Amino acid sequence: MRKNQVAVVGAAETTELGVVPNMSQLQLHADAALNAIADAGLKLSDIDGFATAVETPQQVCHYLGIKPTWVDGTSVGGCSFMLHVRHAAAAIEAGLCKTVLITHAESGKSMIGKQPRFTAADSLNGQFEAPFGVYGPPSMFPIPVLRFMKTYGITHEQLASVAVVQREWAAKNPRAMMKDPITVNDVLNSRMIAYPFRLLQCCLVTDGGGALILTSADRARDFPRKPVYIMGTGESVETPMVSQMETFNSSRAFKTAGPLAFQEAGIAHKDVDHLMIYDAFAHLPLFGLGDLGFMPHEETGKFIADGNTRPGGRLPLNTNGGGLSYMHSGMYGMYALQESVRQMRGIAPAQVADAKISVCHGVGGMFAASGTIVFTNER
Amino acid sequence: MAEPQRARPKPTPETQHFWDGTKAGELRLQRCDACAHVYFPPRPFCPSCASRKVSVFKASGKGFLYSYVINHRPAAPGFTPPYAIAVVELDEGPRMMSNIIDCPQTPEALELDMKLEVAFQQLDDRITLPLFRPAKG
Ligand SMILES: [Zn+2]
Repeated sequence: MRKNQVAVVGAAETTELGVVPNMSQLQLHADAALNAIADAGLKLSDIDGFATAVETPQQVCHYLGIKPTWVDGTSVGGCSFMLHVRHAAAAIEAGLCKTVLITHAESGKSMIGKQPRFTAADSLNGQFEAPFGVYGPPSMFPIPVLRFMKTYGITHEQLASVAVVQREWAAKNPRAMMKDPITVNDVLNSRMIAYPFRLLQCCLVTDGGGALILTSADRARDFPRKPVYIMGTGESVETPMVSQMETFNSSRAFKTAGPLAFQEAGIAHKDVDHLMIYDAFAHLPLFGLGDLGFMPHEETGKFIADGNTRPGGRLPLNTNGGGLSYMHSGMYGMYALQESVRQMRGIAPAQVADAKISVCHGVGGMFAASGTIVFTNER
Repeated sequence: MAEPQRARPKPTPETQHFWDGTKAGELRLQRCDACAHVYFPPRPFCPSCASRKVSVFKASGKGFLYSYVINHRPAAPGFTPPYAIAVVELDEGPRMMSNIIDCPQTPEALELDMKLEVAFQQLDDRITLPLFRPAKG
């Protein structure tokens, strides 16, 4: 795809984040969508392309009253929205539609109008993982961690520092769920969830949503907000079974999606001013920094523990507080995208001064899928 | 009310030979006749070269502890926490998820790379699970 041909012209989260017991999951989609449409200065009837995950496009389009000519229901977990951005940019460039709305919402905490997750007993996961006691993401996502730690000499303290640093960012963000400072000791003494991970190394469970509106870069100039251009994109999938990853020393999906996005954007790692790496659990930023090529995996733990990603550090990472401290409805990718857009617009609560390039990297399932978007505010 | 039970796998036509194997006290894998690739989970073709000429064979049942978590909460039905959810790398190459028995479920006892051997645990007259225990000798 050619870079900077498509731009984000509308971006918003739900009016409230956290615990929203007065809205169903479907209404959270609508709340985010209406906020994004207002942000872009558009009418619902201007939307001719639509993408969402988990909920179907037909469900959300009908509820909102949208009549699209292009839809994408790609649903590969929490990074689905990165893939939607990539697909929407291609569709706009190909002339299939002009103005795309992407929505995410999840009643992850209140569980209103949310279908329960279900693993069929005759699926491969049902036959070869479920019988061994996996029960929700905390029991599955951290399974590679001990091997990763042994291979690269990563310490428990370094993995705890991920949560500490992200809490520092969250403290600057009025909308973050968890803002009180924490120490490495606090993390290592919090309740055990799935060894080696404790409560403070696992994402929050909240309600909320977000929406993005994309159009061609040429049209973007006429919108009220500063356009944020799609500079590069990448995507891939590996396996829905965490036990069947090629290796626990990296993620094949990360290593495919990330470099594709960098290549398309034509940037080097030193060009990146701001970075988001989807952190459902504390090991993901380490996998991301290594797999995206910022540094060898061996150095990732020390890099974060030494403060390089904290406020004032040389590589600001997960500046909204991340899934560990900002919010995590179950599919966090949309919130990572929202923060990248805020940083590129220059309006983030913890704004990185003069940031011009933001990389936003998502994971879906337990390393099942990945999507990477490179944003810029300069065309 | 019956006690909650651990999730029961339900075989498909492509996986039946595996579950017949565990019932017979054998860990069965598949090998590609064309390129010799050994793979898991079961399927009637080679995921490496796409050949449909593949053979089922009895694996050694030996391997090592590749990685694990010790799950504390929430516990799956039929499990008493804390319990380890392990990934075992078999001597033949493929990895599979399992549980480690005859071993304390602690970080001290569960050492990465420790040698393991398969142990079969019958769930009911239909399903026997392949679990692993520390290898003897
Ligand atoms: Zn083959």
